[in-house]
Amino acid sequence: MRFDDEPITPGDPLPILPGHHSAGRFERLLRAGVFAITAELSPPDSANAEDVYARARIFDGYVDGINATDGSGANCHMSSAGVCALLTRVGYAPVMQISCRDRNRIAIQGDVLGAAAMGVNNLLCLTGDGVAVGDHPAAKPVFDLDAIALLGIVRTMREQARFASGRVLTTPPQVFLGSAANPFAPPFDFQVARLAKKARAGAEFVQTQYCFDVPLLERFMRQARDEGLAERLFILVGIGPLASARAAEWMRSHVPGVHIPDAVVDRLRRARGKGAAKAEGKRICIDILERVREIPGVCGVHFMAYRQEEAVAEIIDRSRALDGRIPWYPGRDARFAPASDSPTELQQEAWA
Amino acid sequence: MRVVRYWSVSHAGAMQRVYRALDRLFIRIDPLLRVVGYQRLEAPFAAVERVLKGWFFDCRMCGHCVLQSTGMSCPMNCPKQLRNGPCGGVRADGTCELDPGMRCVWVEAVRGAARLPGGERIEVIQVPLDHRLAGQSAWLAELRQRAAA
Repeated sequence: MRFDDEPITPGDPLPILPGHHSAGRFERLLRAGVFAITAELSPPDSANAEDVYARARIFDGYVDGINATDGSGANCHMSSAGVCALLTRVGYAPVMQISCRDRNRIAIQGDVLGAAAMGVNNLLCLTGDGVAVGDHPAAKPVFDLDAIALLGIVRTMREQARFASGRVLTTPPQVFLGSAANPFAPPFDFQVARLAKKARAGAEFVQTQYCFDVPLLERFMRQARDEGLAERLFILVGIGPLASARAAEWMRSHVPGVHIPDAVVDRLRRARGKGAAKAEGKRICIDILERVREIPGVCGVHFMAYRQEEAVAEIIDRSRALDGRIPWYPGRDARFAPASDSPTELQQEAWA
Repeated sequence: MRVVRYWSVSHAGAMQRVYRALDRLFIRIDPLLRVVGYQRLEAPFAAVERVLKGWFFDCRMCGHCVLQSTGMSCPMNCPKQLRNGPCGGVRADGTCELDPGMRCVWVEAVRGAARLPGGERIEVIQVPLDHRLAGQSAWLAELRQRAAA
């Protein structure tokens, strides 16, 4: 899908359409009703920009947004602001994750301005994992704000051009605001009330925790629709392939908030032979993708494929989740650059 | 103490009635409090609050009490001090991701709110905490505000 008003230089912003908040492709796609796909980029433990680009390139032509995590699992990596700065330079559409664990309201608001100035159009406001689960358990947990308070503050910055203190901004950050949801953790009924709080606080899209239990998601979505949240929020469901039964066991006991039903683990365990479990993991992921796509109110999927990033393209291809469209990536349009004034058949196909 | 804390949530309705009774008493003696001076009352009020709320709710003296909006489960006992709802890490058995021995304060809050008249206040968005209020009496602050209105 190609917009008519694509900038000549890839890093430049698109015009902000009426009713839109950001100059980004991601918001445009969602508002146009396109089934969107995002993926999580695991930030490198290095100071090398090429490491970031290499990780982003894996998703070229397959995703509409790349999430830059902010010390996920309370482990130290390159900052989300740094990763996003590199990605926007070449035109990618990053979703910058901001966790409340490591910074107070002064630092976070400064980062929001810096990120917006660097061309970041999408922010994902998160509470963040506790420091105890990460590689620096001795660190001081900040949690000056929670995700909902953070959403409110960024919305105030955007819409009233003010800091939380009331001080005036000369140029407000034009960002599309997101947050997370976990339909798979108790208290189940309150998760929907919490989602409503997030919508009221300013969230426009949400990306959920890993979905391995479709009936639980269906229940959550039904409640969300009843509360009118499906119309107010773009909901992207978190998915990802499991590498083996052991990986699944490890994940459900070590990663906070991840729920994997026994049936899924058993399915992986039954797969015997070299590479069989991995293939089964992908099949499970495709099954889940196909099923969640049918649920009314689901606007897209968000891939979290830690150490299995290469599998994302295959899963998307086999599930036909893109319906033949090619998401933007650096060089996509150059590859099909018109030799004459009218696009060729191949270009039209690529841009459709 | 966690056992007492859980008990207070189970008896959230009774706790609220005690609160309301105290509230009426304080409003009635407000003229007297004014004569003594709110400033002078700050320390003794905070001391009493620390002991009582500490016993019943494991109060951390944040200075901005939201117990009536959280089913009498103090959100400051959450390791992330979340004041707007649980994080995504609550374990399947309803315990905390960071402290498996503790029930999630927000699972407790939902349980308490169901027992409270006006429990739907749990859906109100709480503003970020003013850290300057830490250690101060939340009762006195609220009373002062209410008496002024």
